[in-house]
Amino acid sequence: MSITTFVIVSIIKIVITLVVLLTAVAYTVWLERKVVGHIQNRWGPTRVGPFGLLQPLADGIKFIFKEDLTPPHVYKPLYIAAPMIALVFALTSIAVIPVGNWVTVAGVQTPLQITDLNIGLLVVLGITSLGVYGVALAGWSSNSKYSLLGGLRASAQMVSYEISLGLSLVGVLILAGSFSLRDIVNAQAGTFWGFIPRWNIFQGQFVAFFIYLTAAYAETNRVPFDLPEAETELVAGYHTEYSAMKFAMFFMAEYANMITVACLASLLFLGGWLGPLFGPPALQMVLPLFWFGLRVFGFLFLYIWVRGTLPRFRYDQLMAFGWKVLLPLAIGNLVVTALVVALRAG
Amino acid sequence: MQLHLVLFVIFGVVCVAGAVNLLVQRHPINSALSLVVVMGALAAEYLLLGAEFVAAVQVIVYAGAIMVLFVFVIMLLNAGEEERTTGSRIALLFGVPGVVAGSLLIAWVLLSRFGAQAVAIGALPGPPKVIGWLLFHDFLLPFELTSILVLIAILGAVVLASHPEAQPKKER
Amino acid sequence: MVPLSYYLALGGILFACGVTGFLVKRNIITIFMSIELMLNGVNLSFVAFAAQWHALSGQIFVFFVMVVAAAEAAVGLAIIIAVYRTRETLNVDRVNLLKL
Repeated sequence: MSITTFVIVSIIKIVITLVVLLTAVAYTVWLERKVVGHIQNRWGPTRVGPFGLLQPLADGIKFIFKEDLTPPHVYKPLYIAAPMIALVFALTSIAVIPVGNWVTVAGVQTPLQITDLNIGLLVVLGITSLGVYGVALAGWSSNSKYSLLGGLRASAQMVSYEISLGLSLVGVLILAGSFSLRDIVNAQAGTFWGFIPRWNIFQGQFVAFFIYLTAAYAETNRVPFDLPEAETELVAGYHTEYSAMKFAMFFMAEYANMITVACLASLLFLGGWLGPLFGPPALQMVLPLFWFGLRVFGFLFLYIWVRGTLPRFRYDQLMAFGWKVLLPLAIGNLVVTALVVALRAG
Repeated sequence: MQLHLVLFVIFGVVCVAGAVNLLVQRHPINSALSLVVVMGALAAEYLLLGAEFVAAVQVIVYAGAIMVLFVFVIMLLNAGEEERTTGSRIALLFGVPGVVAGSLLIAWVLLSRFGAQAVAIGALPGPPKVIGWLLFHDFLLPFELTSILVLIAILGAVVLASHPEAQPKKER
Repeated sequence: MVPLSYYLALGGILFACGVTGFLVKRNIITIFMSIELMLNGVNLSFVAFAAQWHALSGQIFVFFVMVVAAAEAAVGLAIIIAVYRTRETLNVDRVNLLKL
């Protein structure tokens, strides 16, 4: 493939991915409001459009027209840069996430992924670690005690749970033998005994799956680990002093992180886009997308369900849990997986 | 390959600009953030040399953990802008031209000695598999020693940064 | 093709900036960050030579330098916090109780 074709195809993929991701973020907000509403025995948004489906559009327009107030004592450069940092890093990790097989469109073969790096998983972990800066700098630059405390707590929490997050993924890496996300999914092809799919969650990474989910909930600052931004505790934590578009950027960053976590969980533990393929070739190109979307939707629903159901942890309980329970469990899972793989091979 | 040179120059300029900004800024938080930019540009330079695992580890460990620690401490201690003292003025007057002259001399020596030996783009691919093999076979002892070092550092940091304990009251 | 000396020169410039910062700056944390800058310049030289001589041990050494830098940053920052608690300042010139 010549270099101009490659650049054009990449730009098309980037545009499509961004549009899909931003729409998904907006409609995840809608889904959350509806589901949490129904859990709490009330309707969610119902007035704007059928089933309130145009509510994200109305919210977007509201955010654009809201007064963008900059409090006088903030540290201006970082105050303006922090939401942009948070949003940029939240949106970037979608670049290495594959959603399907190689497809042939108009005679050009391309994977359904912006780039297939052979250190793909490390890139996602790196971008997650960089996302801490958005939170920490927002809390500090706002020059207010609620924001500083919220920012410090949130960043300490994110850094602590990053370790368990990374360690829980090493078991998957040992089984797949590669950091490339596409290779990890392809290693989960096939079935046991004809009907149980060979997903990593059935290949012994059951504990790792739950460690990953818990650590991811803490990474994205969602219930039950959302003390840093809880309204009853710290006003609004690190985004107390933000209004209008900047607040919307933090909001979008949080939901984009949720979507990235859901995509990663389905790729690493649930077999990605693998599923029964049938029908004409055009349908066969689109079906993996559908299976992938189904899994991601399931994880997002689980996120929202947990939010509606569980109370939140106190901060010291949260940190104690991360360091004293989750980290030893993740190390234990790694040791057991490595032992089993070594004994099976040797 | 012209593209290689262009990319090298772009990321090199970003590195040097970040390093100079670290020196010029008065507030430590700005210096910390310019150091993060330097580390990011260095990760790109490592990728140009083919060291992909090192680039990933640079971003995850250096830019994503060590510098976060620096930013934490600056936030916690609420470090303000630094003051100019006589010591730093003298150092500026004599030191900066001295260092510039010294580094120009070194650069000139390097360019004349190593001359035209070129490094191809992605010259030495460092896939994680091979690096892992080396780490656990040839370099196993240093690997284990560094893990003990990190354990000592954790213990030291926890002890040094903890609040001094109050004397237990004997009379009650 | 980028000549090896260009990479070494870049590493040297970063190292020189680190040395300058270490000698000129008066804030303890900025001095510490200049040390990290020096280490980064050295890392670039390691990786450049590893590519030139096709020896992966250069990249392994960078890995160890990063681990040592992490350990040193943790302990150093803890010491800085302890110094701040007793002397209430981050200016190196004010931590001079042992001076004659």
